[in-house]
Amino acid sequence: MGRFIARRLLQAIPVFFGATFIVFTMVYAIPGDPIRALNGERPISESAQRALRERYNLDDPLVIQYAKYIGGLAQGDLGETFRGQPVSDILKQKFPVTARLALGAFIFEAILGLMAGILAGLRRGSFMDNLVLVSTTVVVAIPVFVLGFLAQLVLGVELGWFPIAGLQQGWISYVLPSMVLGSLSLVYIARLTRTSLVENLRSDYVRTAEAKGLPRRRVVGRHALRNSLIPVVTFLGVDLGTLMAGAIITEGIFNIPGIGREVFLAIQGQEFAVVVGIVTAGILIFIAMNMIVDILYAVLDPRIRLA
Amino acid sequence: MPDDEPLHGPDTLVEDEDEEARLEDAMARGATGGLQVESATATAAAAEGGVSDYQASLWGDAWRQLRKNPLFLAAAVLLILFTVMAVAPGLFTSRDPQAADLSRSVETPSSSHWFGFDIQGRDYYTRVIYGTRVSLIIGLLVVGVDIVIAIILGSIAGYFGRFWDGFIGRMADIWFALPTTLAGIVFLSVMGERGLLQVSFVLIFLAWPTLMRLMRSSVLAGKESDYVLAARALGASNWRILRVHILPNGIAPVIVYGTISVGIIISAEAALSFLGVGLQLPAVSWGLMISGAQFRILQSPHLLLFPALFLSTLVLCFIIIGDALRDALDPRLR
Repeated sequence: MGRFIARRLLQAIPVFFGATFIVFTMVYAIPGDPIRALNGERPISESAQRALRERYNLDDPLVIQYAKYIGGLAQGDLGETFRGQPVSDILKQKFPVTARLALGAFIFEAILGLMAGILAGLRRGSFMDNLVLVSTTVVVAIPVFVLGFLAQLVLGVELGWFPIAGLQQGWISYVLPSMVLGSLSLVYIARLTRTSLVENLRSDYVRTAEAKGLPRRRVVGRHALRNSLIPVVTFLGVDLGTLMAGAIITEGIFNIPGIGREVFLAIQGQEFAVVVGIVTAGILIFIAMNMIVDILYAVLDPRIRLA
Repeated sequence: MPDDEPLHGPDTLVEDEDEEARLEDAMARGATGGLQVESATATAAAAEGGVSDYQASLWGDAWRQLRKNPLFLAAAVLLILFTVMAVAPGLFTSRDPQAADLSRSVETPSSSHWFGFDIQGRDYYTRVIYGTRVSLIIGLLVVGVDIVIAIILGSIAGYFGRFWDGFIGRMADIWFALPTTLAGIVFLSVMGERGLLQVSFVLIFLAWPTLMRLMRSSVLAGKESDYVLAARALGASNWRILRVHILPNGIAPVIVYGTISVGIIISAEAALSFLGVGLQLPAVSWGLMISGAQFRILQSPHLLLFPALFLSTLVLCFIIIGDALRDALDPRLR
């Protein structure tokens, strides 16, 4: 097990450097002069410009800039904006909003997805099963921004159940955006649960359990369901990471001040450090969640770690 | 990422669903026995020594099965309709998508103007019809290029293994780790002018790892098979083994996932255009139309409804066709 974890950690290192370097290079290539953007219409003196360029390492070659950035990152320093605000402060301020949104989506998709998947998987070919299959296919086909507007129109305006935008009304403001954000993963979870439950219900050990005369509840709950949930749990783990990095469209539609909107503002204002900081955080979360899930999978399923 | 359509669906999931669909279909076949009967007669015909026009190729068999799938046929007909729309929008409307009459701004649908007018007073039906083109081109272009990349890199990684497998595999890991929407926004912000080619280019880069991994694993599986061993024993070259023996079977899962990907990419393009980092006005695109409609969904819901309906239908077509292909291409069912 120790070796498995060590190997997995080693694999993650080049991925981290590669991915962050790509983003760093791209952000560096965004056209325009940030110092000029900072000052707007007013001219700025030669020496002041030079001092600013010096301070933000703008004249170093790309690789050196990247190395300095990673060096800072290792000490928890994500750099600062051209207005002197530390990027880590911005992240601290915006991240909880996105994290709450992601958590809401996570709870929504996990509960509803598991329920739909189990109901469909227990009775294959039933009305419920077909309903789940058809509705999930349709949900996948509808782009998330359309789904967002539909939710606003129907649940927000027509029925008036939830506020349609902003965060003024506390936790209930998160309900609608969380549902929209979680909808796509909900489909995957429902289908994954159904598939894996159907497969396990056909397996030898379930037949054995039935032959022993165990009640159906116990056969399903103790034997089939437990094993069926392994792939679902791993998917949920990876998804928690991707939800946080991917709430941009939802945040836009529902006017939620999270990291997604911050990225847009930062690109417009040429605040490179913020863009790189947020994307780097996204990559880190993605890699970390994947690693945790892989290790979890190995713990849950001996076939993986012994292979 | 789940917020936008995931360019990389989780691999394991795709496979699991594969498995499920196979089993499911196998059951259905077992019940009706339809296909077995047909293949039995075909074998009988072959056994009689007569010349039969039945050729048992993977794709031929798949086509036989697809022809009987009503869902597939419906999606295919719709897709043909969309393709005609993209190639010759003039067949569906005689109006100009850019012709504006401000006095008719946001007029609601009527019998002479089915989809109403947009804010500039342009006929919305005409614009929605013309919007098909970019969606379809970007979807097909991105997936087409990615399939070629997948075949080349996947074959090298899977067949030659060792260094190449490690190298290509790590590259795929790196691109896979980039959060799709975030990275898409950053990459597109770099480009001064954002047209069809730039958007396609970025999507090609963000979407290739999944297809490449699929290709690699199917080459890996094919490499171990007996017929490849036999070919090698007979002295076939690597190139010949790959081209003649491994690729024809190994490419099936890539084609299946590729078909579904077209839908996902179309959706992603619309999302990027919606966010303002994809195509730029005056391009006619569904994503842009929905973006323009977003602040007046209460007053003029038709501006949102029609492009969204077309967009979702096109995406659904590709998903259904991909699903049907997956079921049909699996030789274990026959």
